[in-house]
Amino acid sequence: MTSTPKRPRPEPVEVIKHRRDSTLSALVNGVPYIKFLGIEVERHGDELTAILPFAEKLIGNPMLPAIHGGVTAAFLETAAVIELTWVGLWSDMEAGALDQSDLRDEALRRLPKTIDFSIDYLRSGLPRDAYARARVVRSGRRYASVHVEAWQDNRNKLFAQATGHFLMPNLAE
Amino acid sequence: MTTDLTPEKKAEIARGFTEAIPHCRALGMTLVDIGEGEATITMPYDERFVGDPRTGVIHGGAVSALMDTCCGAAVMSHPDAPAITATIDLRIDYMRPATPGQRITAKATCYNVTRSVAFVRAVALDEDENRPVATATGAFTADGDPRRKSNEALS
Repeated sequence: MTSTPKRPRPEPVEVIKHRRDSTLSALVNGVPYIKFLGIEVERHGDELTAILPFAEKLIGNPMLPAIHGGVTAAFLETAAVIELTWVGLWSDMEAGALDQSDLRDEALRRLPKTIDFSIDYLRSGLPRDAYARARVVRSGRRYASVHVEAWQDNRNKLFAQATGHFLMPNLAE
Repeated sequence: MTTDLTPEKKAEIARGFTEAIPHCRALGMTLVDIGEGEATITMPYDERFVGDPRTGVIHGGAVSALMDTCCGAAVMSHPDAPAITATIDLRIDYMRPATPGQRITAKATCYNVTRSVAFVRAVALDEDENRPVATATGAFTADGDPRRKSNEALS
């Protein structure tokens, strides 16, 4: 006797993790400047946290010392761009629609262009690791708006926040 | 403390401070000109700062770092501002990608200083000086009260 059709078996967890981690890695490791700053990205499900490990070369005020305001700006912008690209990639990635032969190019061609980026410096950046999480506030066909928060020791004591507007790539081109 | 300094002395302090910043050295920044609330800083093209390896265009973040440094230097050199400052906010507008292979130069003007805030605008150019790569506007701390140490400005 045959039973009624069942739901397909869920994919093995290793397959899911590999697909998501390799896509994220292609997105993060394809950009030289992200490597130069030493930014890493951690993933929990679809939630991303950008990490900026402290390094001597990131210092902007040697007397305090404090992280350079430009580094903070670059870190937040990078977190925003990665989040926005990641959100756009997600459904195609899960559907297995990404070109696996050149995942890096597949990720890079989806990078949005920054139109403007506005940073609030709330506290001086201390000489230790920093973390950032971005939220896509609105994503349209052509434009997107992203908000980012960054902290160091305490998640609820932000040292910087930013809002950026982005031009989405035309994938039909 | 700052009102006693001559413009030449302030420019010298700002130059020394800017060139001693580890991140500015890491990006290869050179201070071209400074004084009376204006600063010009340049940064060479470097493949390590590329944001899109398919085109070789410099990452916006590197341009932001250049703009922030240049705005800070302009504030420090202003006759009415203290010789030390911190960014309160900075907004950057990206007009076009910088041409790969070309150096980027930022020019900043500190156009107003109150008792506590300095207002700055800046432009980033590549070798085509008629078409800006990016512009920036920012507010910086200008706390001249000698009872407060400079490092308390944003802490």
